[in-house]
Amino acid sequence: MSMIDGLERPVPVPFDWAKPFWDAANEKKLVVQHCGPCDLNIYPPKEKCNECDTTEPLGWKEVEGKGHIDVYLVIKDSRIKGFRGAQPINFAIITLDEDPGLNFLSNLPGTPAGEVPVGAAVEVIFDESVEVGRQLVPEWRVIG
Amino acid sequence: MANWQRDKEGMGLWEHRGKVAVVGWGQSYIQRRWDGVDLERSCGGTSKESILKAISDAGIGLDEIDGLMTSKETRAEQTWAPRPYFAPPYDTEDGLTYCSGEFIQKELGLKNVKYIESDAPYIGPMLGMAAQAVGDGMAETLVCWYPMVNLSGRYGHNNPANNSNEAKGGNAFTLPWGYQSGAMFNNAIVFQQYCQRYNTSHEALAPFVMNQRRNGLLTPWSYYSLHEPYQLTKEDYLNGRVVEEPLVVYDCDRPVMACAAFIFTTAEKAKKLRQKPVYILNHAQNSVRGRSTMATLDEHQEAVSSLARKMEEGSGVNIKDVDIFNPYDGYATFTQQFLEGFQWHGVGRGEAHDFYADDIRVEGPHPFLSSGGNLGTGRTRSALHSDSIEQLRGTAGPRQVNVKAEIALAGSNTPDACGFVMYSSHQGS
Ligand SMILES: [Zn+2]
Repeated sequence: MSMIDGLERPVPVPFDWAKPFWDAANEKKLVVQHCGPCDLNIYPPKEKCNECDTTEPLGWKEVEGKGHIDVYLVIKDSRIKGFRGAQPINFAIITLDEDPGLNFLSNLPGTPAGEVPVGAAVEVIFDESVEVGRQLVPEWRVIG
Repeated sequence: MANWQRDKEGMGLWEHRGKVAVVGWGQSYIQRRWDGVDLERSCGGTSKESILKAISDAGIGLDEIDGLMTSKETRAEQTWAPRPYFAPPYDTEDGLTYCSGEFIQKELGLKNVKYIESDAPYIGPMLGMAAQAVGDGMAETLVCWYPMVNLSGRYGHNNPANNSNEAKGGNAFTLPWGYQSGAMFNNAIVFQQYCQRYNTSHEALAPFVMNQRRNGLLTPWSYYSLHEPYQLTKEDYLNGRVVEEPLVVYDCDRPVMACAAFIFTTAEKAKKLRQKPVYILNHAQNSVRGRSTMATLDEHQEAVSSLARKMEEGSGVNIKDVDIFNPYDGYATFTQQFLEGFQWHGVGRGEAHDFYADDIRVEGPHPFLSSGGNLGTGRTRSALHSDSIEQLRGTAGPRQVNVKAEIALAGSNTPDACGFVMYSSHQGS
């Protein structure tokens, strides 16, 4: 069953060069890219660094998976088919503690729609629901 | 035409400053959706209608047109197929979900066209590209049109990406959490950051959104004048259907079926034509990629500040001297970024909502968005420009501002991705 009532997440089918992110998710690890020459973390994954013209392939590194809730909306009338059965549903922006310049999306499973504690600490979890099939999807839940 | 953009700081005065002018414009009939039957009101039909009106407004002949420019970014969000096509010329998508230069050349029997660009970007940057094309000598008299297409069905619900069980490519990092493409989500998120930082709220947009409707109702061709001719009240706004809380339906422009066309020519030729020329002093674009999944308030603020610097540098005009300011309002949530980034009428960061609460009517001292924008006229994206032209000509009718109207600034779309044009009733020195 789905992690949030009625939610049928579209299943990620990433570009080849973004696959390591999703393979790591299947091992319940959160990874981001890293550009060596400019020592910059990158998420979402890119084919090449935007900041420099290195020809080195971007590396991957595991991050701790701790973050904070920045802001949120509540989706009430989605254009996306798989979300209409789950409305109202939270749509939150999570900044990563290790690098707050990186942000992740979350529907905050376990937090009722509209009752989002802005500024609260969150940790990464993985959506293993049937709809997502064999691909685990990173999610975030409020700590404590 | 390569490298036509003016998207970097440090490019100096625009080389064609004051040497290109808009000498005509035309607006087609506007309706909510195409019925799929009346070909006169199809994309091709509205394009032809607006172009012929623009040509007539300019007082030129069809044979004087030697350049054609348009965009396929019509926001149709779907193709006409698999529905059956019609008899020629409506036997392909061309004319139904976009309208190419070749279609218009053939349909209007234009004999002297030497330059056609059918893949220009959306209207904000495209009008800059049109001015650049005339300045560069690609054409002497160019017609540029921008159709908007809205077919049957709930808007966006026919977009294949939104209906798929899969989130492909770059969407793999957005769609699985409900992010939908287009400007709505990211700008609503930035708006939430804005409200947190400056201790304000969605309610503060009410006077702005109401004034947009008011200006739209002062525009005879607008969607609201023709089809829903009543003023939006504060009550209506606050009780509007919630789309993504706090965004309500009145924050979102109404997708419509319409086209606007503009005639660009050289300053020398403009002086011999019927209309008071509206000269182009500069065009500038933004194409800024945010660092992560969602662009942030900081990134949007810096993007508009940079755009303002580019606009001042290329035009030689201080933004303080801009009389008419028509920035995009496709969602009510991001217009304040333009207001504050350009610091129009001295509005600084965090001050836009106080400015909205002041007198922003066209009759008053701060006639912000005298066009009514998209929220007031329907999602044409062109009213920003046609109003700027009318204000400078002095022909805006009930919308004509009481303050001086000699320099106008208009553009779209979002703070991080947009194109703006500066218009002037004087050529500049
Ligand atoms: Zn780099």
